[in-house]
Amino acid sequence: MLNATLRLARTEFAIDASFDAPTPGITALFGRSGAGKSTLMHLLAGLLKPDSGSIALDGETLFDSARGTNKPAEARHLACVFQDLRLFPHLNVRANLDYGLRRARRGQISIRWDRVLELLELGSLLHRRCWQLSGGERQRVALGRALLAQPRLLLLDEPLSALDAPRRAEVLPYFERLRDELALPMILITHLFEDVVRLATHVVLIDSGRVLAQGDLPSLSLGPELRILLGADGSGAVIEGRVDSVDAATGLARVAVGSGHLLVPGDGLRPGSAVRLQLLARDLILATEAPRSLSVRNQLRGTITALTTDPPHNLLVHVDAGGAQLLARVTQAAADELRLHAGQPLWVLVKSVTLRGHAL
Amino acid sequence: MTRMSDAEIEALALSLQVALRSVLCSLPLAIAVAWLLTRRRFSGRALLDAFVHLPMVLPPVMIGYVLLLLFGVRGPIGHWLNVHLGIRLAFTTAGAALATAVMAFPLMVRSIRLALENVDRGLEDAARNLGAGAVDRFVSVTLPLMAPGILAGAVTAFVASLGEFGAVITFAGNVPGETRTLPIALYSALQTPDGGNEAARIALLSFTLGLAGLFASELLARRLRRRVGR
Repeated sequence: MLNATLRLARTEFAIDASFDAPTPGITALFGRSGAGKSTLMHLLAGLLKPDSGSIALDGETLFDSARGTNKPAEARHLACVFQDLRLFPHLNVRANLDYGLRRARRGQISIRWDRVLELLELGSLLHRRCWQLSGGERQRVALGRALLAQPRLLLLDEPLSALDAPRRAEVLPYFERLRDELALPMILITHLFEDVVRLATHVVLIDSGRVLAQGDLPSLSLGPELRILLGADGSGAVIEGRVDSVDAATGLARVAVGSGHLLVPGDGLRPGSAVRLQLLARDLILATEAPRSLSVRNQLRGTITALTTDPPHNLLVHVDAGGAQLLARVTQAAADELRLHAGQPLWVLVKSVTLRGHAL
Repeated sequence: MTRMSDAEIEALALSLQVALRSVLCSLPLAIAVAWLLTRRRFSGRALLDAFVHLPMVLPPVMIGYVLLLLFGVRGPIGHWLNVHLGIRLAFTTAGAALATAVMAFPLMVRSIRLALENVDRGLEDAARNLGAGAVDRFVSVTLPLMAPGILAGAVTAFVASLGEFGAVITFAGNVPGETRTLPIALYSALQTPDGGNEAARIALLSFTLGLAGLFASELLARRLRRRVGR
């Protein structure tokens, strides 16, 4: 577990954040651009010194202003992948990768050279100069360099946002492999919710240098804090389910969710794998009677657990669908007409599943 | 014009030797001073900055005179060096190198400082993050990235050293084979009644050397810059 309390006051911004990150696991620091996320990374890595606070990793104190402890950055072994990558321009790819490895803790080499080359497919790039690489390749080299430094924790600053969609699609699977195969704890800084859904096991919401909320994604997705960051139209429940089967003919996967199931596009999914789905609140339709003759294929049965307001004119209906917690947005008028109330059983129609990620 | 005389070849060799010694000895100090001026905030920084640049604005003869006062056999430093280490600087080749080093020092520091200011601190942070301590990251990241600027500074200082006259003749004199470098040989030739041809040859030689040096510097810097990816 990483425990951090960080305070830093500057004229143009202030950081006052306290959060935990489970190890192993991927903790996403999610917030808008300019929320102070990169500053948090520099503070954790020791490249900036907090005015006050403390940082402890797996019980070891890295920084504690009260006790005057401040482990130098070069001895913290928290490798960063910077937003601007910072590959050494005077070294070729091999020497860049080797830089951290040669300075790694003695007797602590567990992430091996061959393994990283294979995992990130870097073998053919070794003799290239850094400016001869494409964006995706540069990203992979920076990631490999950080991994080979044998870090105790990997800090990733917007690792995907600088890439266009095809490059993102190229690099993203590498991160999933790292998470699943190396069990290396990571802190992922991002302003893209898609990255959070795909990769994060724990989420810390950051706004203006402060922590709005933290926890696992399914529970955070129901709270008001994430809605502040995503906006009303972009928010909705994130649920986890397991793939029952994939139908080759229709291309749809049947995913068990709560007590029911949903059909989602099945490309890349295998039976038995865990998935994460985001169901936008605006894409859910509530029915108090069994729906018939509708084009919507995805229906779940559930019970209303709560109603909260979603200003100015809407209500958010919290529904428990056999364990899966959903959020549906309805107008006040519709809620009145249907006499929606807590404890009421109903059907939830899902118009579309927005985001999909592999859950752990 | 006829072929070069032995005395002229001697002056050429001596000039090259003096300039090389001057650059090699002052380079580490120039890097250190450039680093202090760029990266450190300390009281007296402005003073050090001004002091380093003094040779650019003071008459060279005066610099030679000050060196004579300090490093002459009776000067405080010169006396100590003579008694304890048996080193004599005034009126020797080493003295000529010292005088040219002082004169070319500001040129060297300026160029190195500019190079250091252009080094991306983010890359040093990245090195630090990967486990490199202060000296390690200076040697493995900062210095290589500064290399084009250091080289440019060294070559400029070398070429300037070849032409230094006032400080050398004041501090080191005009001793054939010891301190009579090209510009001093040129001056001497002009003082002799029929030294016109000799003077012209030396002038042409100096001109060619200077031009070649500047070209070489530019070429090398360009190649180095490509190596560090700029």
